[in-house]
Amino acid sequence: MSEHHHDHGHDHEHDDRPGPHGAPLTDVQLRVRALESLLVDKGLVDPKALDALIDTYETKVGPRNGARVVAKAWVDPAFKQRLLADSTTAIAELGYIGRQGEDMVVLENTPKVHNVVVCTLCSCYPWPVLGLPPVWYKSGPYRARTVIDPRGVLREFGVDLTDDVEVRVWDSTAELRYLVLPERPAGTEGMTEDELAELVTRDSMIGVTKVSSPRR
Amino acid sequence: MNGIHDLGGMHGFGPVDPEPNEPVFHYDWERRVFALNMTSGFLGRWNTDMGRYAREHMPPAEYLATTYYEHWLYGLERLLVEKGLVTTSELAAMRSTGRAQGLKPIGVEDLPKMLRNRRAARMDEQLAAPRFKAGDRVRTKNVHPTGHTRLPRYARGKVGVIDRDHGVFILPDEHARTGTKVPAHCYAVRFEGRELWGPDAGPRDAVFVDCFEPYLSPVDGEGV
Repeated sequence: MSEHHHDHGHDHEHDDRPGPHGAPLTDVQLRVRALESLLVDKGLVDPKALDALIDTYETKVGPRNGARVVAKAWVDPAFKQRLLADSTTAIAELGYIGRQGEDMVVLENTPKVHNVVVCTLCSCYPWPVLGLPPVWYKSGPYRARTVIDPRGVLREFGVDLTDDVEVRVWDSTAELRYLVLPERPAGTEGMTEDELAELVTRDSMIGVTKVSSPRR
Repeated sequence: MNGIHDLGGMHGFGPVDPEPNEPVFHYDWERRVFALNMTSGFLGRWNTDMGRYAREHMPPAEYLATTYYEHWLYGLERLLVEKGLVTTSELAAMRSTGRAQGLKPIGVEDLPKMLRNRRAARMDEQLAAPRFKAGDRVRTKNVHPTGHTRLPRYARGKVGVIDRDHGVFILPDEHARTGTKVPAHCYAVRFEGRELWGPDAGPRDAVFVDCFEPYLSPVDGEGV
């Protein structure tokens, strides 16, 4: 997928707090500051709670959680069976519960069936195991195209499926949240659960990529 | 509503554009909008479906010209006024004319309980008997409500097969309109690509859509 990792459209100014560059605040920055002040003054919002909430989703919840689930399923057949039969309960065994993960469904990818997850209507995504969704997942191209041209979208991510592989697209239109269990790659025999978890990527758990074999 | 949010199947958006090593947030204002939405929502004056419906009202041209957290900002401002937490004039002036009565802001100490949520939209199984079971053929209704719905346009009036019954959930349509929790079975329905998109679709492509029971009619006499 390297040819698609070009930089157009991405600036790297990732912070709009007043800085040495002295750039003026944009309209949206000003509006959000004003709205926060208004809500604090009205006694509707506590800024410390905002900080704590941001810290949770920025540093504590993320795709490493989902990778633990996948790695455990790869090494522990009984866990895998529980995971596919009752995903929410099995994922909760590892402590991953909460908002946008209340009702989980795990989809197993195999050599003959490739599952990929989208939310065409908004941005539904399993927060406790994957964190907040990346911009591309929430953007027009992915939401518009994945249901009508899944193989084309997958090719852009570097996955070229042969015609005998069935593609199943899951549109998250209700309150179920989907996590793809990717195939365990070749060359990982004898690896520990921790080592396997390191191989598992966010995108493979959305279903847009496969997990690559470890580099030798 | 047939809003711009319902993007499935549209052409012309160009390639998917993943950003390597993408940060969780790109700008500080995105962090604040995310957290303002969450903590305001925890006050209990609106539900998730009302939140989605509010964002769906963003005018189409504006929706496409703005980023994700700008959609959230639009929806939040709309709900704050609609649900009486902020007046129109307060929002216009961005100045408070008095503290909200009878509400206490969500504090740091409240967050663990709020975030460790175990039950959201699922309801007791006993509240509704399922009309369909796995393997049943169904047709989605051809409906175009102006209110909130989770049946995307590309999947209306289409024949599919029930893949599984997820159980009983709050029907979003009524929940967004009145806040009433109407129990409805929610099914994963499998649609073949060619049923949705015609002969150009791949023969081994299928789309699964989670459909609430009121969206579905039985298909009789067509065999399986």
